Amino acid sequence: MINLTIDGKNVIAGKDMTVLDAARRAGISIPTLCHHPKLTSFGGCRLCLVEIEGIPRPVTSCTTLVGENMVVKTSTPHIVELRKTILELLLSDHPNDCMVCEKAGDCTLQDLAYYYGISENPYEGERRTYETRDGNPFIERDMEKCILCSRCVKVCDEVQGVGAIDFAYRGFQSKICPPFERDLDCEFCGQCVAVCPTGALTGKLWAHKGRQKNVNKVDTVCTYCGTGCNLTLHVKNNDIIRVDSAMSTWNEGWLCAKGRFGYSFVSSPDRLKTPLIKKRGKFKEVSWDEALDFTASKLKNIIKKHGADSVGGLSSARCTTEENYLFQKFIRAAVGTNNVDHCARL
Amino acid sequence: MAKETSIRVCMGPGGIASGGEEVLRAFGRELKKSNVKAALKKGCSMHHVGCMGLCARDVLVEVVLNGKTYTYQYVTPDMVSTIVSKHVVGGKPIKEWLVDDSYVNFIKKQTKVVLSDCGRINPESLDAYIAVGGYEATRSVLKSKTPEDTIEIIKESGLRGRGGAGFPTGRKWEFCRAVESDRKYIICNADEGDPGAFMDRALLEGNPHAVLEGMIIGAYAIGADSGYVYIRAEYPLAVERLRLALKHAKKKKLLGRNILGSGFNFDIKIKLGAGAFVCGESTALMYSIEGKRGMPRITPPRSTEAGLWGKPTVLNNVETLANIPYIIRNGANWFASFGKGKSKGTKVFALTGKIKNSGLIEVPMGISLRKIVYDIGGGIEEDKKLKAVQTGGPSGGCIPASMIDINVDYESLAKVGSIVGSGGMIVLDEDDCMVNVAKYFLQFTQSESCGKCVPCRVGTKRLLEIMERITSGRGKTSDLALLEKLGNDVKSASLCGLGQAAPNPILSTIKYFREEYEVHIAGRCPSKVCKELLTYSIIEELCKGCCACLRACSSGAITGEKKKPHRIDQSLCVKCGACFEVCKFKSVDRE
Repeated sequence: MINLTIDGKNVIAGKDMTVLDAARRAGISIPTLCHHPKLTSFGGCRLCLVEIEGIPRPVTSCTTLVGENMVVKTSTPHIVELRKTILELLLSDHPNDCMVCEKAGDCTLQDLAYYYGISENPYEGERRTYETRDGNPFIERDMEKCILCSRCVKVCDEVQGVGAIDFAYRGFQSKICPPFERDLDCEFCGQCVAVCPTGALTGKLWAHKGRQKNVNKVDTVCTYCGTGCNLTLHVKNNDIIRVDSAMSTWNEGWLCAKGRFGYSFVSSPDRLKTPLIKKRGKFKEVSWDEALDFTASKLKNIIKKHGADSVGGLSSARCTTEENYLFQKFIRAAVGTNNVDHCARL
Repeated sequence: MAKETSIRVCMGPGGIASGGEEVLRAFGRELKKSNVKAALKKGCSMHHVGCMGLCARDVLVEVVLNGKTYTYQYVTPDMVSTIVSKHVVGGKPIKEWLVDDSYVNFIKKQTKVVLSDCGRINPESLDAYIAVGGYEATRSVLKSKTPEDTIEIIKESGLRGRGGAGFPTGRKWEFCRAVESDRKYIICNADEGDPGAFMDRALLEGNPHAVLEGMIIGAYAIGADSGYVYIRAEYPLAVERLRLALKHAKKKKLLGRNILGSGFNFDIKIKLGAGAFVCGESTALMYSIEGKRGMPRITPPRSTEAGLWGKPTVLNNVETLANIPYIIRNGANWFASFGKGKSKGTKVFALTGKIKNSGLIEVPMGISLRKIVYDIGGGIEEDKKLKAVQTGGPSGGCIPASMIDINVDYESLAKVGSIVGSGGMIVLDEDDCMVNVAKYFLQFTQSESCGKCVPCRVGTKRLLEIMERITSGRGKTSDLALLEKLGNDVKSASLCGLGQAAPNPILSTIKYFREEYEVHIAGRCPSKVCKELLTYSIIEELCKGCCACLRACSSGAITGEKKKPHRIDQSLCVKCGACFEVCKFKSVDRE
């Protein structure tokens, strides 16, 4: 354990903790844009600069490990001035169209501008302009709002293992883009959208469906596969308008394309809500009891006539492990055959 | 000892640019002629050498005859046959083509350590390097010194990093030596990128083996078995000579397994840089070698703990490494006898700008700037007035003429807001606009920022925009304060040395030439450099109506009849200055 002082407060921290972690755990807030607890540190936004006694220049708290008897000051007038300048610089190259921005209300840049009271900007100048071209149905990239925090690049590489995007060009012209600036053509997991601190990356399905307030957040479990990720559905007027997942869940907030964007089936008119049995060439809605009785009698007939090995069972990856276990038990013990397999093996 | 006759042709960057290859070929043709061959019974060796120093007078040719060296300046191919027939064969130097006293001064006032063999030996010959004592240091270190002894010598010598930061080399080696690891690396940083700087280039082109030898000794000291030379691809000749040097060294068992039978293994690879200035920053350079985007990372961990591929790594600059064999050969005390205070040894500078003797110089640390500019540099071109000396390239600052007696060493320059840097030294005269100079350097750093951190990526852009405003007549009185505020914030908040130093040219020029900024904001460029602040008009009393300006004007801004005063329509004038240049009667006024 390491003892240090942050803003005059005695703090005890683990020896591998950064100053930022130690401060946040002690309830001392330090602003960040590029830092993400689940990703490796970047140190590019420079907002988490702090002063440490004995070190001549400000250092980034997200990359500095705690040290015994370290004396940290997180918000001296100089540090606050530097943070304001950094925010002014970021906002000088930003559309500042919060009124129509999808991210308003959930935007870290907006929060920080509010907190530090950035209104007039002495550094107004040239802004980067981009053509929006992506044809994909999932991810909206408004790169003029990109602050190059690299969180999208890191999540794509470090968590997803895909590396669909990276930095290109230098200096003010730097941008995050797919190789050769082509259209985004990845697996559209949307992890980048989840970690983006501004409105640069948003879900196309979510556009103009509703702000963060007045939504009913419903926690549920994804039904797409046996992994069982925790989802938070943003529901408005009984419609799902957005899906995300909290970092505190066992899936650490990470989701795939299906879990994040594949929710339109929930309110689809084509969705099956009761079992169907085909009678005289036409499907008819029936009760579960009737459907199960019907299936059981048909199975029994087949086994009687052709033997148990004439039956085979194929289970689905959408089932949980427990459901899959029960299914193979049923095929083996109740039906009496080893003809059982799972779609994930195909 | 038989006095050898030999001819050396400067084929450094300046020599080649001035036609050194043609001169060399001309000598080759001349020496092959039968009458010349017959006359030169003992024969005459001819070879090209690296930078001789005084690039302004290239092509320089040295003729060594009867133990005396004669230097010819501004040699062209058509002078060659005369030099050969009259001097090499006839023994009579052609006095009017020889260098004058100022060249003698230029050479005499310098102290050459690291450049002592550069410009003298054939850089493409290992034997030539060995003949002047090359690889003796390697031999003595491998045979009779422990790595710790070696580090101690370098520490005692007081050698500090010549790439700009000035970190003590011996201590860096010691840190790396102390870290336990299965693998360590030594890297030579040859990604010289400052505008106007060519020290490393000249060294690599003029004496590549000295750099390799420095790396071998360094590797032995820290316990590395592989090394990289990270060299910019824009230096094709340096790359070629380095490759050749590597080949020769491997053949002689000076590199590879069991070097000189000592059991020490070490090999060097060349990695070409693709032209990013920021890749001269140590962590970005290592990422670049690893095949990643060249972006600096935050330290710690220091490279000596976790550098290339996560292994302990020492990164030294070309000049630092080239100093090593000379220190080992001559001893730490000898090296430390040059220089002043905490800045020991010598430093190579690329002296350029409005100076008579522009070229490559080597001086003891702590020499006064006056001696460099006036004794070695020969003073300002056309004997104009010195205004400032810019040192340290885009990361450095401007030293005003009033501080000409300042000592050139790490501490003294830092005190006045500049740096020694890698060794760029640009002399500015009364015609130079300091605002424009600062803008130029900022343009460079701004476009070379890697884009990682906000203060550098956006901050330098905004600084440049303010500078552009000031130099184009749109400056506001509040801009000066804004420049200082933003400049200081960018310095404090940026991640790496590039951003932390980028505002230096602005801040130092504001400090020493504040009134020049104020005059610009008021709408005038006193040096008449900033185009958009100039107004061209015709002084009617002086105009003869010759129509020369009218014909020269490409934008149709000038009207007037023959033999009557002409006029310039300001709304059409693009301020190209053609009328000013062409007028024989000084009737075009530029204000």
